[in-house]
Amino acid sequence: MAETSVRNFNINFGPQHPAAHGVLRLVLELDGEIVDRVDPHIGLLHRGTEKLMEYKTYLQAVPYLDRLDYVAPMNQEHAFAMAVEKLMDIGVPRRGQLIRVLYSEIGRILSHLLNVTTQAMDVGALTPPLWGFEEREKLMVFYERACGARMHSAYFRPGGVHQDLPQDLIDDIEAWCDPFLKVCDDIEGLLTDNRIFKQRNVDIGVVSLEDAWGRGFSGVMVRGSGAVWDLRKNQPYECYDEFEFDIPVGKNGDCYDRYLIRMVEMRQSISIMKQAIKKLNDEGAGPVSLLDGRVVPPKRSQMKRSMESLIQHFKLYTEGYKVPEGEVYAAVEAPKGEFGIYLISDGSNRPYRCKIKAPGFAHLQALDFLCRGHQLADVSAVIGSIDVVFGEVDR
Amino acid sequence: MSEAENLEPLSELGDYIAEALGESIESWNISFDELNVALKPADIVEAMRFLRDDDQTGFVSFVDLCGVDYPEREQRFEVVYHLMSPKYNTRIRARVCTDEETPVPSLTGIYPGAEWFEREAYDMYGILFTGHPDLRRLLTDYGFDGHPLRKDFPLTGHVETRYNDELKRVVYEPVELRQEFRNFDFLSPWEGSHYDLPNEGVGSEKGSD
Repeated sequence: MAETSVRNFNINFGPQHPAAHGVLRLVLELDGEIVDRVDPHIGLLHRGTEKLMEYKTYLQAVPYLDRLDYVAPMNQEHAFAMAVEKLMDIGVPRRGQLIRVLYSEIGRILSHLLNVTTQAMDVGALTPPLWGFEEREKLMVFYERACGARMHSAYFRPGGVHQDLPQDLIDDIEAWCDPFLKVCDDIEGLLTDNRIFKQRNVDIGVVSLEDAWGRGFSGVMVRGSGAVWDLRKNQPYECYDEFEFDIPVGKNGDCYDRYLIRMVEMRQSISIMKQAIKKLNDEGAGPVSLLDGRVVPPKRSQMKRSMESLIQHFKLYTEGYKVPEGEVYAAVEAPKGEFGIYLISDGSNRPYRCKIKAPGFAHLQALDFLCRGHQLADVSAVIGSIDVVFGEVDR
Repeated sequence: MSEAENLEPLSELGDYIAEALGESIESWNISFDELNVALKPADIVEAMRFLRDDDQTGFVSFVDLCGVDYPEREQRFEVVYHLMSPKYNTRIRARVCTDEETPVPSLTGIYPGAEWFEREAYDMYGILFTGHPDLRRLLTDYGFDGHPLRKDFPLTGHVETRYNDELKRVVYEPVELRQEFRNFDFLSPWEGSHYDLPNEGVGSEKGSD
């Protein structure tokens, strides 16, 4: 038989590709239809967030956090606020904590809705994103009504949240919860037993638990491989220890398990939101942020009456506040995994170093590991399943 | 969770690690309820292997690796590792010091997840790692020059890009600021800011140039 020279085929996937979930460039080495090597080129959305934060006061750094994982902005702010609060040794008033929990769960649903439905789109289904985006739009209106912006909220600030929620907003969120469960049923009806969806996702991108830990996975990516691990339960922050919810855990560590987990997590989030709303209603009005004036500026009504408040307000918005020297790591269970902030303060009004630990960064890094030996079409299923958003990967 | 063998207080865990690692540890302490361990760069791989594999530590989860720049120090860079032990629900922060020339052993053999984090540290700070399979730039542009997160790298950078309509391609040019970069010192004048006043020269050795 004559020997023919066979060579592998290199193709570029992205940077502009609908299944790349943003600006991701993959250099794929293919042996026929089989993926031999994946080399993700990232950084096309790199904005130097960490450098910029070193030149801003702590409060000015907050909006940068919104622009990381822009499908669930408040969860990121939460980690930063917690890091600053830990360094300054300050707490958050009760109502502020409940609002944070409520909006963190809204963020989780926002992210999971986007991910589950676009993953379905990556493998060929068009209806789920249309249904899911309708609900996302409603949630974004809740964001807007709380803080004035649909996405870049700057709402969770060190010391609490920026403003209190009006009662009718709380009522509207409550009224949204139960009908949303019906939407979850509908989406699951489309996908869970769908033959095409299962063929594209079952046994694709399998990762064992040991690999998952060593590769820096977190969140759904370790739960899919069987770890009973959720920072909300295992290292409770804010007032999550008062809430009752279950952690869904996968068995096979494949794309399909991760999809199922995200669906269950949305239902659990609804349950947490309902509990938070009940607590908010039962406990009634109260401060939502610290009142001692160290980090949170006085209200406008006070400024009209008191010279000291006016000075305080001016000082906090120009000089900012000083954060004691030290270094902390604060992490939250963001929708995509463990989102952490490693904050070093030199005692001035600006962060000396603020390292953002983004879950998607570690997940995307494993793309080569996850895709090797799979078919080319599975690459997009895996990208959809690891849930990357380039705002946080590239920073 | 096996509560029995859980070294619950961090200080016990610190003692245990300090004893087991002995010479490899330069110092350890607990601040803000977090365990910090400073390691010797040469022993980092063995120390990490111990932290991962030992029954009493179990730091199997690789959380983060990053560089920090302290230009005033002799060894200006710190490489900071964050690890987590799901078994005991504890976290640890390890660090090694290095400078521009001295490479740090890579952790990719122990935690495969360290690969991109080390590439990022190299990209951002120019910290070198030995034994890394593929130490390329990661986040910055193709052909980028310099290490942007170093404290002596200007926030505005050195080059800017624009689309040149005559050449019909994107061109790189030196940064030209329409307005001088303003780095306001907002720290209160009552609390230790230092201003060089033009006249009088009180307390200031710097003459006008």
